[in-house]
Amino acid sequence: MSELSKLAYDLRKDVVEMIIEGKGGHIGGDMSVMEILVALYMKQMNISPENMDDENRDRFVMSKGHSVEAYYAVLAKKGFFDINTCIKEFSKFGSPFIGHPNNKLPGIEMNSGSLGHGLPVCVGMALAGKMDRKDYRVYTVMGDGELAEGSVWEAAMAANQFKLDNLCAVVDRNRLQISGNTELVMGHDDLHERFRSFGWHVIDVADGNDIDQLNEAFEEAKTAKGQPTVLIANTVKGKGSPVMENKAGWHHKVPTVEERIQILKDFEEKKEAL
Amino acid sequence: MNTIPNRKVICDVLLEKAEKDKDIVVLCSDSRGSASLAPFAEAFPDQFVEMGIAEQNLVSVSAGLARCGKKAFAASPACFLSTRSYEQCKVDVAYSDTNVTLIGISGGISYGALGMSHHSAQDIAAMSSVPNMRVYLPSDRFQTEKLIKALLKDERPAYIRVGRNPVPDIYEENNCPFEMDKATVLSEGNDVAIIACGEMVKPSLDAAELLRADGIHAFVLDMYCVKPLDEAAIIKAASSAKAVLTVEEHALFGGLGSMVSQVIGRECPKRVVNIALPDAPVITGTSNEVFDYYGMNAQGIAKRAKEILSL
Repeated sequence: MSELSKLAYDLRKDVVEMIIEGKGGHIGGDMSVMEILVALYMKQMNISPENMDDENRDRFVMSKGHSVEAYYAVLAKKGFFDINTCIKEFSKFGSPFIGHPNNKLPGIEMNSGSLGHGLPVCVGMALAGKMDRKDYRVYTVMGDGELAEGSVWEAAMAANQFKLDNLCAVVDRNRLQISGNTELVMGHDDLHERFRSFGWHVIDVADGNDIDQLNEAFEEAKTAKGQPTVLIANTVKGKGSPVMENKAGWHHKVPTVEERIQILKDFEEKKEAL
Repeated sequence: MNTIPNRKVICDVLLEKAEKDKDIVVLCSDSRGSASLAPFAEAFPDQFVEMGIAEQNLVSVSAGLARCGKKAFAASPACFLSTRSYEQCKVDVAYSDTNVTLIGISGGISYGALGMSHHSAQDIAAMSSVPNMRVYLPSDRFQTEKLIKALLKDERPAYIRVGRNPVPDIYEENNCPFEMDKATVLSEGNDVAIIACGEMVKPSLDAAELLRADGIHAFVLDMYCVKPLDEAAIIKAASSAKAVLTVEEHALFGGLGSMVSQVIGRECPKRVVNIALPDAPVITGTSNEVFDYYGMNAQGIAKRAKEILSL
């Protein structure tokens, strides 16, 4: 899977250019979530521009909608729209490429941005799949800070009640949110136990920026029967460049000219080392 | 006297339609009894989803189902549906444009003595201000039936509010003029125009009767479609009247009265008086006791009409 790992670094470059063009973006979380999105769109899910009207397509909701830049980069790579148009128009006046996902754009199922909505919506999508006896799978990616939203746990409860084994949630566990360390803001270190107590199958992904580990976890999720699965993907916020890595200040930030040069150089080195 | 509440009519229509349309799905938040939807749950268990006491999840799950082709009807007390899950209504239903019909039951002050936590005097203001959300307050059981049947024909978001108790009939089974998103003219007159919605339509119509005995002719408009508001009907009603009265079971701010006043101020300026609930927790009592206390009954509406005509 080194090709996909390399792709993740190429897409990170698109994200940096997008954020500089748009003069703003949630860059830290874009970097931490990138491999999760690449594994899902390039390997796991049967979602493409050709099958968006197919009732049997898998469903995806980007619950941590603020990582929209990473999402756009992956959707563009998948052929839903042109990356250069996206970079040029991102956040500009009148642009369809707004700062959170919206389903006026091809490839996007649901609008998000306010946290704690993705999992509940996916419970509905997975329930529809069960009702119609379809075998599509439903995926969502949440941030770890997002888990403080009560609606997440309303949905976690329901997903187990309805035995939604066609539902797989991913937590982008980068341990940082706007105000700093998640454990100091609102702790989640008992996350695995918390989800287990809600009846979920829990898979810890030791390195959530490792494509192979992610794919292995997604495959295991498919074998869980009668219960939903959550991947706790331990990622690095700002992954790919020491300029950004593990720095809460890079939750939402635009790189300077010098930082951009350094970040792109770091990406290239990481890519070559794969 | 009619003994069938509007909420039961909604269940009857859904029961009838769900037989053939397997995409109809009804969701409740431990509210199937209060929503009169228990018969639906029993008849179509595969098309009924119990969400438990979790209104936010109720609305988001409805949106997810709708995105996968279902026609979702989410029924929950209007007080919780419109404010507890307001953001879900805004983002997952209206903004994402999903085929969800939100049914606010026991709306307004239906719950009477249960207090302000259980009153929904803000739902028109809240829901009307959300782009792509339609708002309907049917006035009687016959109109409720026609409205639900009309909503089943389209795939856009809507919020409906009905009360808890049976309300007197305004229309008849075979005489219920209904055009989607067009207000219904109940009485014509040039002295005062009374524009009402939901369960305030009946006392408004009765007020017109009282006024007629005194030689005052009232135009009465049933504005069940609060959004999209039937502006042409408002202008027609107001143009020939000396003054306008709006009547609603809602807070004074941001409801039907505010919206009608905007139209009249812009199109045909004249005096508009809004009859609505006070900006305070309402006095304890049954809904009829509360309406009587605040003059939101036929006598009170007629009295206000005479007052503004004498100004």
